[in-house]
Amino acid sequence: MKTISDIIEIKNITKNNISLGGRQKTRVVVGMATCGIAAGAQSILTAINDELKKAKLLDTVTVTQTGCIGICQYEPIVEIYDNDGRRTTYVNMTADKAKRISSEHIKDGKIVSEYTIGAANGENVTSLNDTEFMKKQKRVALRNCGIIDPEKIDEYIAMDGYQALHKVISGMEPAELIQFILDSGLRGRGGAGFPTGLKWRFAAASVSDKKYVCCNADEGDPGAFMDRSILEGDPHAVIEAMAIAGYAIGADEGYIYVRAEYPTAISRLTIAIEQAKSYGLLGKGILGTDFNFDITLRLGAGAFVCGEETALLTSIEGKRGEPRLRPPFPAVKGLFGKPTILNNVETYANITPIIVNGVEWFKSMGTEKSKGTKVFALGGKITNTGLVEIPMGTTLREVVEEIGGGIPEGKKFKAAQTGGPSGGCIPASLIDTPIEYDTLVAIGSMMGSGGLIVMDEDNCMVDIARFFLDFTVDESCGKCTPCRIGTRRLLEILDKIIEGNGELKDIDKLQELCNYISRASLCGLGQTAPNPVLSTIRYFNDEYIAHITEKRCPSGVCKNLLRYIIIEDKCTGCSACARVCPADAISGEIRKKYVIDPAKCIKCGACMEKCRFGAIIKR
Amino acid sequence: MKKNPTTVAFQGTAEQEEILLSVIEKYRGVKGSMMPILQEAQEIYGYLPIEVQKIIADNTGVSLAEIYGIVSFYSQFMLNPKGEVSISVCLGTACYVKGSQDVLDKIKEKIGVETGGTSPDGKYSLDATRCVGACGLAPVVIINNDVYGRVKADEIDTIMTKY
Repeated sequence: MKTISDIIEIKNITKNNISLGGRQKTRVVVGMATCGIAAGAQSILTAINDELKKAKLLDTVTVTQTGCIGICQYEPIVEIYDNDGRRTTYVNMTADKAKRISSEHIKDGKIVSEYTIGAANGENVTSLNDTEFMKKQKRVALRNCGIIDPEKIDEYIAMDGYQALHKVISGMEPAELIQFILDSGLRGRGGAGFPTGLKWRFAAASVSDKKYVCCNADEGDPGAFMDRSILEGDPHAVIEAMAIAGYAIGADEGYIYVRAEYPTAISRLTIAIEQAKSYGLLGKGILGTDFNFDITLRLGAGAFVCGEETALLTSIEGKRGEPRLRPPFPAVKGLFGKPTILNNVETYANITPIIVNGVEWFKSMGTEKSKGTKVFALGGKITNTGLVEIPMGTTLREVVEEIGGGIPEGKKFKAAQTGGPSGGCIPASLIDTPIEYDTLVAIGSMMGSGGLIVMDEDNCMVDIARFFLDFTVDESCGKCTPCRIGTRRLLEILDKIIEGNGELKDIDKLQELCNYISRASLCGLGQTAPNPVLSTIRYFNDEYIAHITEKRCPSGVCKNLLRYIIIEDKCTGCSACARVCPADAISGEIRKKYVIDPAKCIKCGACMEKCRFGAIIKR
Repeated sequence: MKKNPTTVAFQGTAEQEEILLSVIEKYRGVKGSMMPILQEAQEIYGYLPIEVQKIIADNTGVSLAEIYGIVSFYSQFMLNPKGEVSISVCLGTACYVKGSQDVLDKIKEKIGVETGGTSPDGKYSLDATRCVGACGLAPVVIINNDVYGRVKADEIDTIMTKY
């Protein structure tokens, strides 16, 4: 059991090792979140350790793992903090490159500039901090990600960890704390943006012998990985905030519901909970007060609907994760029938900075109605894929063009998709829209949990709508009819259009059905399921029309509507395409032009993959 | 989530059953413990055939119908064991827009197994998974514990030679 003075002592000792100034040791960190590990970070960490051991440098250098550094496409990443505070980011590491930086940089202090981020992205920089990618970012929820070792509680403490918990339980009344969170303007980061303080106030007002604090870490939106990165990079941030929430509403027990697809996050959370318990930061009589709080980890089992709050609680109870009718809201009757608050991972990650830095600091970021920052997982057809945290109100253009570095291969930006299967597509014409809760809803999308997928001219919007509908049909829990059957009917109509059998009245039918589904469904999954369809009809109606009247897919995606064609000028007559064609649809004579017979072509695309001259196109 | 019925005969051992019973005992009195029990049972047997569900029903007092309801609800509970070579293709949005459907189609063709299925000899199983969160590496294919990033359909033949 630690007291607050023990915690402060740990902070001061550890700080020397990890803070950017005043350290005695060089610090080498290897990005080891899921992306990093998948890209081979483990062998890099081993290589550096071996080299330094050989050079007998392990006493003066700290080598450690860290969570997500944020620039996925450059994994594996190694960062070196020299003892003068200089930060160098090495990207696309291999074991051989790691050996070289071990001897040249770590041993001799000379930056190997051809391996740095600047060499990879063409900017004249050696540190991630100085890149265009980072310039417009502001890291609040991600403050420790990519900096500390998530498996060492001491490093979290060194970054002021558990100070907020101490401040709250030793000197603030629960009502005062709730008012503080309310004043900050923090809104839920999981999608809908409900004010966090209000949620806490409702649960605090419910009278009960038992209350629960839950964390929604069932990050199911395809293309979203912010919560995973926080859990993998800074698990204590969530644990500390949950304890604070427990104090606010009078709960002594918490559950984190994390999806089973995130094994690294689960293992780091398990370690973090154990460490917090061993320091007496979870359990009975926390930091010598009479406040008790404990956390249990529960794993999901692959059901998207469990991201909906009542379904999640039902799943923790050990049942089929079906949503329940609201009211009663969880703040009144939640987990096991007791008052419960459920917040998302990123929401919790914002709590301690607000308490440490104050309401005014938090309100200085963002817009009138959306305060603070939001983390987005930037992916799809974009140069810089990664994790970005931006002040609310940043425009989509700034995210795509400046932070994201634009669309690769000189292609044109077509749309950005936010909010996953619940959200919509934002077209190029609205690229100057500021990103905040209310403006996104107004243009038919939503903030969602933070996936931001960029699409270019090669993506077909009807196909994208179909992709999301296929997802919701599969994930609809089946409890209520509008969602179970309605989404299936939507999918059938979309299939009809994509296969070239669409009629113009299908567009009206889609819209009418969407309206019924969103109004009559029981939970958020069904209510928002039509959004991808509605927003694509709204902004890309011409693509629907082209599919229906011209039987043509303008982006060349929908297989039934496209034709493979050999461009005469480029064809060298090598016959490779004819040999690979499984349907014998390509004919011609060697060293003369070949042609594809559309009647025989099964549109498998094998010829196009095979052609070395780029002579085969689809349109 | 649609489930393929169990096709592989149950071959559980007395030893496995003993471990399962100790798991059930461990969770006795713990609220909402059915999910962890099923998760651990699946770790013991590799899948959750009706025989395993019945052991759990008999020893927890929860009806078999309710347990089957839970097992069939969640996509990670499996009624069929995974193949020796277990292949997952990510169909998250980021992977999808970068062409993971083509990759999946190519694998299907290559091993002759439909999505969610296991080959009759038990060698291959194929799944289309939800976003694995490694969007920077899209499209992603996971074979056993090896992760392949930025996979193209025409690389599948080369990749599969290892398995």
